[in-house]
Amino acid sequence: MHIVVCVKQTPAGSVPVDAATGRPKLDAIQWGINPFDEYAVEEALRIKERVAGSHVSVVSVGPARAEEAIRAALSLGCDDGFLVSDAAFDGSDPNATGYLLSLAVKKTAEVKGPVHLVLCGKQTSDVGAGQVGLALGAWLDWPAAAFVRKIPTIDETKAVVDRMMEDGVDAIELQLPAVVSVVKEINEPRLPSLKGKMAAKKAPVAKWGIAELSADASGVGANSPTTELKTSAPPPRGAGIKVPGATPQEKAAFLVQKFKELKVI
Amino acid sequence: MDYGLTEQQQEIVNIARQIAQKKMRPVREHYDKTEEFPWPIIEEFKRADLLGAYLPEAYGGLDGGVFELVLVGEELSRVCAGIGLSVATSALCAIPILYYGTPEQRKRWLPDLASGKKLGAFTITEPGAGSDATSTKATAKLDGDHYVLNGVKNFCSTGKAAELYVVFASTNPGRGARGISAFVVEKGTPGFSFGKKEEKMGIRASWTYELVFENCRIPKDNLLYKEGYGLFVAQSTFDSSRPGIGAQAIGIAQGALDETMSYVRQRKQFGVPVASFQAIQHMLADAATSIEAGRSLLYATTRAMDKDNKPAIDKAIAENKIVYDVMKELDTRRWTKESGMCKVFCSDAAMKVTVDCVQMCGGIGYMRDFPVEKYMRDAKITQIYEGTNQIQRNEIGMMLIKEAASHAKELAAA
Amino acid sequence: MPGDYNGNGIWCIAEIRHGALVPTIYELLTAGRGLATALGQPLCAVVIGGPGKASQAATAVAPRGADKVYVVEHAALDAFLDEAYGAALKGLIEKERPAKVLFSASAAGRSLAARVSVLCGGGLASDVTEVSVNGDKHLQALRPVYAGNLISQVSVRRGPEMATVRPMAYSRSEAAGKTGEVVPHAVDPSAWNLRSKVLGFTPEESKEIDLSSAERIVSGGRGLGNPKGFELIRELAHSLGAAVGASRAAVDSGWIPYRHQVGLTGRTVRPRLYVACGISGQIQHLAGMSSSDFIVAINSDPEAPLMKIANLAVEGDLYQIIPAVIAEIQKQRGEAGTPAAAAH
Repeated sequence: MHIVVCVKQTPAGSVPVDAATGRPKLDAIQWGINPFDEYAVEEALRIKERVAGSHVSVVSVGPARAEEAIRAALSLGCDDGFLVSDAAFDGSDPNATGYLLSLAVKKTAEVKGPVHLVLCGKQTSDVGAGQVGLALGAWLDWPAAAFVRKIPTIDETKAVVDRMMEDGVDAIELQLPAVVSVVKEINEPRLPSLKGKMAAKKAPVAKWGIAELSADASGVGANSPTTELKTSAPPPRGAGIKVPGATPQEKAAFLVQKFKELKVI
Repeated sequence: MDYGLTEQQQEIVNIARQIAQKKMRPVREHYDKTEEFPWPIIEEFKRADLLGAYLPEAYGGLDGGVFELVLVGEELSRVCAGIGLSVATSALCAIPILYYGTPEQRKRWLPDLASGKKLGAFTITEPGAGSDATSTKATAKLDGDHYVLNGVKNFCSTGKAAELYVVFASTNPGRGARGISAFVVEKGTPGFSFGKKEEKMGIRASWTYELVFENCRIPKDNLLYKEGYGLFVAQSTFDSSRPGIGAQAIGIAQGALDETMSYVRQRKQFGVPVASFQAIQHMLADAATSIEAGRSLLYATTRAMDKDNKPAIDKAIAENKIVYDVMKELDTRRWTKESGMCKVFCSDAAMKVTVDCVQMCGGIGYMRDFPVEKYMRDAKITQIYEGTNQIQRNEIGMMLIKEAASHAKELAAA
Repeated sequence: MPGDYNGNGIWCIAEIRHGALVPTIYELLTAGRGLATALGQPLCAVVIGGPGKASQAATAVAPRGADKVYVVEHAALDAFLDEAYGAALKGLIEKERPAKVLFSASAAGRSLAARVSVLCGGGLASDVTEVSVNGDKHLQALRPVYAGNLISQVSVRRGPEMATVRPMAYSRSEAAGKTGEVVPHAVDPSAWNLRSKVLGFTPEESKEIDLSSAERIVSGGRGLGNPKGFELIRELAHSLGAAVGASRAAVDSGWIPYRHQVGLTGRTVRPRLYVACGISGQIQHLAGMSSSDFIVAINSDPEAPLMKIANLAVEGDLYQIIPAVIAEIQKQRGEAGTPAAAAH
């Protein structure tokens, strides 16, 4: 079966903030594959190991440097990488990104054969909307399930997935093709192998822009349905009180008194 | 510092570091406590291709050399030398096969060692033969197409976990040192069993076993090189493997210093972090300096060694010959002195650094809950195994005298 | 194009979770009322669910501030399914053309909002903590990004303008004195081309309180030292009527299941009271809980980041502090509750 896994390149560590502008400082930071997407990549590879003759394509929307995230996925064992990149796509919001990915999935099907499953991470570590995978399902008009923590059965025609809800787990049967967004609990991502890493450095990564995808520019990039007006530092949380007391009992008494004031007890 | 690593060498470091940090760090305390064998981590090594980083591509390795072995050993030991040790013992098994094995023997055993499908071990020590390997009591008697092994080997690192063992036994007890031969013995061979499991001070995540041979019949083809060459095989194997012990030592020292640095920066006494005291700063400076010196010695030596040995290895593989024979042909030098220097300097540095790190951390440094005391326990073995540092100094001294004598001879002749 | 869509009304989408109405609808109604007042538009609730369940939920919602409550009821909507709910809500939106639609940022709410926003061509701001309207009457929202290091102000420019609102971001609306009109909306699932179905539901075995909508949370971290520490955490949580949370370190150590994880890779919570025990407070953890109303940190390290942001920082061995706190709570309750104490 043909699995497409969507990855985003995100800052590898915490992001410094420009105090004057309230903007994140992204020039000199390290980038990596979005940690949530690592679970999607791992799940794709596990399905590939489970279902003989499977093929995993990696797709990413981003600037030229996002190619590194694709190579990171290739080094883990994915087969092909495709980068969706065009100046006209810069600033795309999650729904617009979902649209671009839907075009890329269709294009991947043209190049590598029909797609049976698209896997995404639950959300990104930077913007964190948790929206792209779901929007992608809608754009493709495929069934979709998010917050998936297990894929108990899968073949080329259908999959059963366990979706994590607040109060328990839904078992959902999806006819394929479908889009599934996974949570961290689904697996433990592998580390790359040295041979995979060296091979991934040389692997070709095709780049698709607005022309290759025949994308409609009226809803992407700066024309996205939502736009970020500004960013600012969150209001500071003032330092609180150090609970006084010489013994644990004295400290506990102070704390419980406070609980009473807060009407917690 | 930029050590001028190639892209592949940098990736080796990155991946070894990731495995160490993500997979080994959370479990090192567990294995140190229980002395269980860290099989899940071995799986990580296998999947990452780490066990073959130093072996030729022809056998599934990454075509590195001793330098790559050093890079892997250092990074793994920085988190847990005990878990990392299986890489070194596998190398200790693979190196004599690479240098003294026939092309058939290389093809038979090296791919499995490179992939990690099989772990390797090396066993020369006996209850009565430690530094003095000439008093080896184990025997191997030729009987038709087989050698029959009898005897006991002890302190075998990765014992029982390994599938392949390079074993030293006397094929001619009358000839003493010149009667010893090297063999490859596979686990499961009838007559080969495991005796006592040792309980150790450090590197507790590695198994150390006694090996027992009772009329153990192994095919004649399992002899490495020629009868009587065993001690030479052992000694020249150590030329390539001792830097690995140096790397382990530097990794241990660096790991202890890493933990200590973060502790002394946050631990406050008299209202200030203890790192602000000059007494601590001087100890930190000394520790970092000896680590850097050891690393420089290691890297320079092993790079030079690889530059020397690699052409012989490549030529032997291309021409289907035994590597050692090609080395003789090319007049490749031996590295006994320099590899001994690596081991002595780095292991002594590691011992000093780890003792100082415990000291800098004070009471908490002595506690099992805090990782620094483990580094100190792990460091000690690096001064002992693969030839004690005293034996190393004997050899270095002897080599120096030999070199001076031959230099004097050259001058006289000129 | 922006501005092409002309809608009227602020909609709040209720969630019936495995049969039960989730009270976050009342938080949405509070948020929505603000928008409705600013725009002079009606505030409506939408209840989607299985036969009997949606109409029953609608009677609970109707008196809580909505001018109108749409009820979409069908056997095909008995359990939440992206495709079915998406098609049902799309039909209603296209018919009634609301200006703004608010969802709860729950698993179902987020799934539905993303699907419907694409199906209806609207813009969506996800997981927001505040909604408002700006000068040109577009929906505007605040949402934390970069692990809570920054707050992003987003403008939704395409209608129907949508947002998913974080649970606990708004207080719950009270009974308004008047009851909204209940308007049923019929659906025909045969036109939906459903390619998925819910096979079943397994509730969490434990009767633990759901983290994301909990008003009180007691969390444990690496400082517990071992999995047994969570027995103590549960005991304290029990005496406070709180849900049990955990840091990533504790979850990764295998001390407690992932569903308890609070933080960037776990759940985002905003309780009235958050008690962090033995949690140092890595940025990833803070991202998931720093907007809690009142934070208590118990830690032996006074320099731990969480101790710096806590309203109350208790320095000490949690194995001594927590039992003392439990004992103190029992003492307080006991004194207040026993007739002997009352007699004095």
